[in-house]
Amino acid sequence: MEPISKENPVSGANALIRALLEEGVDTVFGYPGGTILPVYDALYDWQDQLRHILVRHEQGATHAAEGYARATGKVGVVIVTSGPGAANVITGLSDAMMDSTPLVVITGQVGAQYLGSDAFQETDVIGITQPITKWSIQVRKPEEINDAVARAFFIARSGRPGPVVIDISKDAQTGMVTTPFKPINFIRSYNPTPHPDEEKIRAAAAIINEAERPMILAGQGVAISGAEELLREFAEKTQIPVASTLLGLSVMPSDHPLYKGMLGMHGNIGPNVATNRADVLIGIGMRFDDRVTGDASKYAPDAKIIHIDIDAMEFDKVVASTIAVHGDAAETLGKLLPLVESHERRDEWMSLFDRCDASEREAVLEPELGRKGDAPMTIGEVAAAISRAAGHEAIAVTDVGQNQMMSARYFRFKSPRSFISSGGLGTMGFGLPAAIGAKIGRPDRTVVCMMGDGGFQMTMQELGTIMQYGVGTKMVILNNNFLGNVRQWQQLFFHRRFSQTPMINPDFMEISHAYGIPSCQVTERAQLEPAIRRMLDHDGPFLMEVAIDPTDMVFPMVPPGSPVSHLMLNPDTVFEP
Amino acid sequence: MSPNAPRQLFTLIVFSENSVGLLNQVSNVFTRRGLNLEDVSASPSSIPGVHKLTLTCWADLPTMEKVVKQIEKRIDVLKVHLYTDDDIVYQEIALYKVSTQRLLEEQYLESIIRQFAVRILEMTPEYTVLEKAGHRDETKALFDVLKQYDLRQFVRSGRVCVSKSPIEYIDQFLEEQEIRHNSEC
Repeated sequence: MEPISKENPVSGANALIRALLEEGVDTVFGYPGGTILPVYDALYDWQDQLRHILVRHEQGATHAAEGYARATGKVGVVIVTSGPGAANVITGLSDAMMDSTPLVVITGQVGAQYLGSDAFQETDVIGITQPITKWSIQVRKPEEINDAVARAFFIARSGRPGPVVIDISKDAQTGMVTTPFKPINFIRSYNPTPHPDEEKIRAAAAIINEAERPMILAGQGVAISGAEELLREFAEKTQIPVASTLLGLSVMPSDHPLYKGMLGMHGNIGPNVATNRADVLIGIGMRFDDRVTGDASKYAPDAKIIHIDIDAMEFDKVVASTIAVHGDAAETLGKLLPLVESHERRDEWMSLFDRCDASEREAVLEPELGRKGDAPMTIGEVAAAISRAAGHEAIAVTDVGQNQMMSARYFRFKSPRSFISSGGLGTMGFGLPAAIGAKIGRPDRTVVCMMGDGGFQMTMQELGTIMQYGVGTKMVILNNNFLGNVRQWQQLFFHRRFSQTPMINPDFMEISHAYGIPSCQVTERAQLEPAIRRMLDHDGPFLMEVAIDPTDMVFPMVPPGSPVSHLMLNPDTVFEP
Repeated sequence: MSPNAPRQLFTLIVFSENSVGLLNQVSNVFTRRGLNLEDVSASPSSIPGVHKLTLTCWADLPTMEKVVKQIEKRIDVLKVHLYTDDDIVYQEIALYKVSTQRLLEEQYLESIIRQFAVRILEMTPEYTVLEKAGHRDETKALFDVLKQYDLRQFVRSGRVCVSKSPIEYIDQFLEEQEIRHNSEC
């Protein structure tokens, strides 16, 4: 293409598409409308280079872009119109902000001369999105488009990634641009690459070298910085067990002898109990979320806490750290690695995890995974069976609720970026569109979307997107005809008063049929394995509905407001070490 | 809020790019935590292109330390400083519009002006505008006196302040960014 110049001016809309291509974008998710029409018109000429996925609702576009970004590590891009289009991206922006997902969301806006006049489909996008985005900018002149795009991509993908909004007035899209795009990597008010303080790294190493009962808490920051290998080396050299946050799942292979499972409310017993016995905790690219810490005032009473994160705001926000190392996980681990001493196997410390695992197997895994015959099916056994059938190589995308926690617990992972879920915001309806984005981003991988009947119906219109593009996502509806997680809380903490949680559901097979998506229904245990096989072997999208025991609950559970070492094994029993 | 930490008045100085909606971004951080801003003043700083916000807020120290980090995290914000009254020299300005006639009738006019170090900004047959610079309690004391003399309008500015520190941190910060720019670009 001929570069933009005074001799070769192009429209703002055209410049926008070119800028996206310059930033390496090849896929966008979106939905057209009045004020973004010039961009869609320009897109028409670039369809062979910039694939546009037409979703069925703008919320779906943002979650699809999130799934795409999380599966690939690239920036997810969304294009929507003003007013309702822009308002519909709020949930996705908020979700991406919580989970550090890089998005660039481009919203159309009414012409600059109409701003503030309550024009048709005008909404205050910047005002609405400022608190839930990493950055947002309104472009009112065509010549501002290039710089806005350059800044947006730099900000979205650097440092702690996050969502960015570019709100472009219609006249800026139609006006002419005469200067070419230039990417940037510097903003004076923003330093996304803090170099970790050497002295703090040495101090951290000294603490680690003295530690007797250390544990690593690995978060998504490890994946974002590509530090999976370094983490493994670090753990192996120091023989420190590794626990993962929800979003950190798959940064370490599940079968690694030093990998000890998931932290938090529905995590494994070992890491939770060990948290409150450890003498050193090393948090890497994680933020001590309240679902991880339980009662923060009773968190890790005996531990020195080393907190490594790229976002200084996270230090001492929830849990006070002994040493806070401000830096990228990979760079920090790279500098820490030569300073830590090789350690022999920590047999006694490891035996705590073994004992906890044995209790968990008996009290939780056996009832969840070991049902036989006519006993109603559980989400856990479905998740475990799918993971097994896919050779533990699938990307598990989840919705939110019991389906999410069971998938987190019972899927196993061999490679990174294999678990995609709405962690911080807990967005029901995230799963299906995110799985679309994940599959589009990683067509080479099996993508399985685990959903409840409730969450599926929040964004099930995206079946239309799957139909239109033949997106080969495997969909699993775990149908218990209840909002299961809310039901669980009602049973445990609200005297079994099941207020507004039973659901009368449609015939999901008919729905699937209407979209031309092959499907099957599993109502008996004997059907499960063959159905999973059929789903995974099918070339293209497939929907499997499984009838789930509505009384099944996710355990262990750290009840809200309890210390993490206080774990319920079932409604009547608390773990006694 | 940290339940046990004592509340005190903090002054924040925010240096930022002069971008649209910056004040909104900063005030959002307070809104989220249910914190009320006591006063706000905004103006261009001595450095071209850099804006300066001065905000005061009653809160506890642990909360304010988090607020500072959350504001600093905003992309367009250059630097935030957190001060207590001991760390700064600060000033507010107040304007008082009073009836000229009442003021002239008043035998203590001269002593009021002297006592409160008041400046007269404008005097018409109808009204007189007085100006008083000082701390909150000082402008309030004058307000209480003038209330008796047909005080028609009263307005008080937000706080402006300079730190007692000998180092100008924002200059230093911008120099550091210049070095970063040269090393990274």
